[in-house]
Amino acid sequence: MDALPLLIAATLNAGTVLALAALGLLINERAGVVNLGAEGLMLMGAIAGFAAALHSGSDGVAFVAGAAAGGAFAAIFGLLVVYLSTNQYATGLALSLFGAGLSAFVGVGYVQGKLGERPQFALPWLADLPFIGPALFRQHPMVYGAIALTAALAWFLYRSRAGLVLRAVGESPESAHALGYPVRRIRLAAVVAGGALCGLAGAYVSVVYTPLWVEGMVAGKGWIALALTTFATWRPARVLLGAYLFGGVTMLQFHLQGQGVDVPNQFLGMLPYLATIVVLVLISSNAAWVKANMPASLGKPFSPNN
Amino acid sequence: MTRESTCSSVRPSAGLPGRLPVHRWIRLAAWSTLAASAALVGCGKKEEAPQAAAAPAASAPAPKPEPLKIAFAYVGPVGDGGWTFAHDNGRKAIEKEFGDKVVTSFVEKVPVAADAERVFRDMVGQGSKLIFGTTYGYMEPMLKVAADNADVKFEHATGFKQSANMRSYNSRTYEGAYMAGVIAGKMTKTGTLGVVGSIPIPEVVRNINSFTLGAQSINPKIKTKVVWVGEWFNPPKETEAAQSLLNQGADVLFQNTDSSAVLQTAAKAKKLAFGWNSDMTAYAPEAHLASAIIDWGPYYIQATREALEGKWAGGGAVWWGVKEGAIDIASISDKVPAETKAQVEKIKAGLKDGSFNIWKGPILSQDGKDLIAKDTVADDKFLSTLKTYVKGVEGKVPGGDKK
Amino acid sequence: MFKLEPRTQPSRRLSWASPVLALALTVLIGVALFVLLGKDPLRGLQMFFVEPLKSAYALSELSIKATPLILIALGLAVCFRANVWNIGAEGQFVMGALGASWVALQSGVEGTLFGGWGGAIVLPILVAGVFGGMAWAGLVALLRDRFNANEILVSLMLVYVAIMLLGYLVFGPWRDPGGFNFPQSITFAADTQLPRLVAGLRAHVGSLLALVAVGLLWVFLFRSYRGFALQVGGWAPAAARYAGFSSRSALWLSLLLSGGLAGLAGALEAIGPLGQLTLYVPVGYGFAAIIVAYVGRLHPVGIVFSGVLMSMFYIGGELAQSRMGLPKSLTGVFQGLLLFSLLACDVLVNFRVRWVRSKAPSPQPSPASFPKDGRGGNTRSA
Repeated sequence: MDALPLLIAATLNAGTVLALAALGLLINERAGVVNLGAEGLMLMGAIAGFAAALHSGSDGVAFVAGAAAGGAFAAIFGLLVVYLSTNQYATGLALSLFGAGLSAFVGVGYVQGKLGERPQFALPWLADLPFIGPALFRQHPMVYGAIALTAALAWFLYRSRAGLVLRAVGESPESAHALGYPVRRIRLAAVVAGGALCGLAGAYVSVVYTPLWVEGMVAGKGWIALALTTFATWRPARVLLGAYLFGGVTMLQFHLQGQGVDVPNQFLGMLPYLATIVVLVLISSNAAWVKANMPASLGKPFSPNN
Repeated sequence: MTRESTCSSVRPSAGLPGRLPVHRWIRLAAWSTLAASAALVGCGKKEEAPQAAAAPAASAPAPKPEPLKIAFAYVGPVGDGGWTFAHDNGRKAIEKEFGDKVVTSFVEKVPVAADAERVFRDMVGQGSKLIFGTTYGYMEPMLKVAADNADVKFEHATGFKQSANMRSYNSRTYEGAYMAGVIAGKMTKTGTLGVVGSIPIPEVVRNINSFTLGAQSINPKIKTKVVWVGEWFNPPKETEAAQSLLNQGADVLFQNTDSSAVLQTAAKAKKLAFGWNSDMTAYAPEAHLASAIIDWGPYYIQATREALEGKWAGGGAVWWGVKEGAIDIASISDKVPAETKAQVEKIKAGLKDGSFNIWKGPILSQDGKDLIAKDTVADDKFLSTLKTYVKGVEGKVPGGDKK
Repeated sequence: MFKLEPRTQPSRRLSWASPVLALALTVLIGVALFVLLGKDPLRGLQMFFVEPLKSAYALSELSIKATPLILIALGLAVCFRANVWNIGAEGQFVMGALGASWVALQSGVEGTLFGGWGGAIVLPILVAGVFGGMAWAGLVALLRDRFNANEILVSLMLVYVAIMLLGYLVFGPWRDPGGFNFPQSITFAADTQLPRLVAGLRAHVGSLLALVAVGLLWVFLFRSYRGFALQVGGWAPAAARYAGFSSRSALWLSLLLSGGLAGLAGALEAIGPLGQLTLYVPVGYGFAAIIVAYVGRLHPVGIVFSGVLMSMFYIGGELAQSRMGLPKSLTGVFQGLLLFSLLACDVLVNFRVRWVRSKAPSPQPSPASFPKDGRGGNTRSA
């Protein structure tokens, strides 16, 4: 049946957006910083990416622009939260509101922008394989990029020294500081890197996924990415799989509609959120699970003793 | 799990604002008064004429009449390339036609909620005498404001309630949908068409049906699959809906949503689609077959003319189509064979002179029963309350069976 | 270079000046934005700060916008003071509107619980709204209490669940059968209308309820034992435990209170300005109220001022668009800016800016000197 491989392909596409953003948030949260401003960062990345693509004609430039925008605004957030020790949740919320407003504001002139014909991608020989060809190998390079990023991040976190330090900062910044690591600089770096990924995810939305700009076009994916990071208990591979799962829910909704199944699609839409609550409950109820999974200093500010 | 504290300055013990000494309160009051008066004084000179003051030109006999102030309330952004864009083009047509006899203004993205009433009242307060509300959801707020301002004329699109100084107007989008269907019927290779629906109101159901009827006039075995987004404008969701339809075998897509996302998704998959509400050729020329457009110009010009000449009367409901120049199918692609183009032209001519009827029986409903009997022509009342699919459309109208 | 030095005592003066400073900063950046867009900055400021206050009609509209913001922010202030992070006020708002609608839809209908209540149905409507919001917040409290689940994420997720539920109801069981299949309920019966404050204006008794709530909460927070216990439980959990204040009851009390207030705001919105249930009930008041609470220093009286200020931003943004052609997104920009500036200025409350000329070598911290100050600054552990 033709529908299944195409459904898989569409799910991979949708999931990539979530995966990129959630991986960025994962870096943040592993260092102990919660960034509620993900939605704002994605929107800023989306408009920056779209504008860059429109002016330069190149997708690559667009991705760089999106990541830069996300990183820049995340840096503002990082300075406030890491160095001035402002409340992470309030600052993150301010960022999301500000990013939404600023992106709409800046994007006013781009609403009718057209990016021209979008290139098609297919891996030369693999794309012709039956079933898995159309399912897996006709994707935009960024889809494979997300998968590679997941692997890289997993390696970084669990097999590299720098990743170990990052995790240490997230678990106990006091101990890391006592060992002489520049905790605040590491946290800021994590925030900027994470923000850049969120911006990149936003650029993917406006340049590849739905190649146009309209305000608020990220439509809540930033919040889903936040949920996703928790749902995946802060592990890169789980984030990727969860992203495909959550991304697939909308496609599933439409697929079921087309098949005539009568479930009100709002209930399907609730699933990612309910699933996240369930996971939260599960991992939080057991103290050992919490210790094993959640970065202990999540949400708490740190300042070195003066 | 422990937490860090919030506003560190506010503490339960010493230093609580609730227990500030008196002179601190005085200081705060002084600050606020200072700030407020600075703002008021500084801006006092540039104040607008308050809404209570009558229009100055009204009393003195002027050599040239004041231009008619016309205001538009849009539900979406002007740049959506679809519904609102079409209305704004109508507004520009008014400006072009009447020059300095009118002054137009618009507010975009007026939410369909409690805020709408405020926007309309502000338009009245700014002196607008002819106000257009371009979406169904403005109906109740407009009625309220109209009741309070008998000298202002209100035009409401796609609604069904009128009053002494408010009337409704609508366009026969289903005619455009039918003609698109004719083209789709010819161009589809799989025999399956897809429609991205917005909200399951009769207008949209009618458009889906008309699209299918048009296609079936070419190939009676055509099937149409429908997917509902639940909103008028949500490009990412429209993209996913379109993708889902393509996944299910549709190779020509149609839409009742407001952005170009469906067309672009079809282009990405090397399939075909239509533009809706406005000419969307530029978004994806290689996938674009034609655009079923609405031209609000003719109606807006007529309404303005009536207002200028004092002939405007409320209470009516107008439904214009191809005949009056409000609906058209534009920019038909060269991919479409000449004979089909000619057929569409014939249909257009037939709609213009009234000799052709889209909704003429026999038309079967989805379950095979007679929806419209042989040789009967459906009247406007039937069309405006239509809630069932015709034969060939797959799926169920969400909530369509609720009485 | 500049160095931030912690103060020995949080500066009370700056604690009050900080919101004003933040506002000034926001206005400054706003003026810069106007100039950048080629618009008259003074006129722009006038749209935001003068027009919304100009006439009785304008004040009435302001009160309609400010009432839900103030109500929700009051509840959030209690929560934040108890160190409970209720980010899901938007969801509780929606649930309040749903609860209220459930009663309102029965008005005048034979055989229902409230069908024959006539004008008095307004009371059960508001109560139902309060319960709706409370139940939703109670869910968050339950999950935090029993399973230690992070209330931030749970309450946030529940916002979207509530919005989906609203969508299901207006597309389905509660859809107006005479409404051409549009996703909205019937227009509520005239009996359900809120009494107006002034004939001809839209301001309704909800504003009075908000002011009453301000007074009651002021008493609760600053003059009552429970209020004191709640705040101590938030600020110094160890001390609270020692004193016998239960952080558990603080959790439940603050969440139920804020949920109830948010639900009340939702109910007022549903039967007041909206007059029916539509998809457009969630407009972001629950999130904006977080800013209102912060800018109001978590103080009931301050919240009144900041609520009015935020409403001015909303209405000003609308006016700036309709009269000056400025994009409406300015409202969001200003709101975000205000909070950013406030958070930055707040730093000055606890830290002093010092100019340090020479670069002294930073001392290696010893394990014994772990920060443990219970005064200003942020406490880090219980």
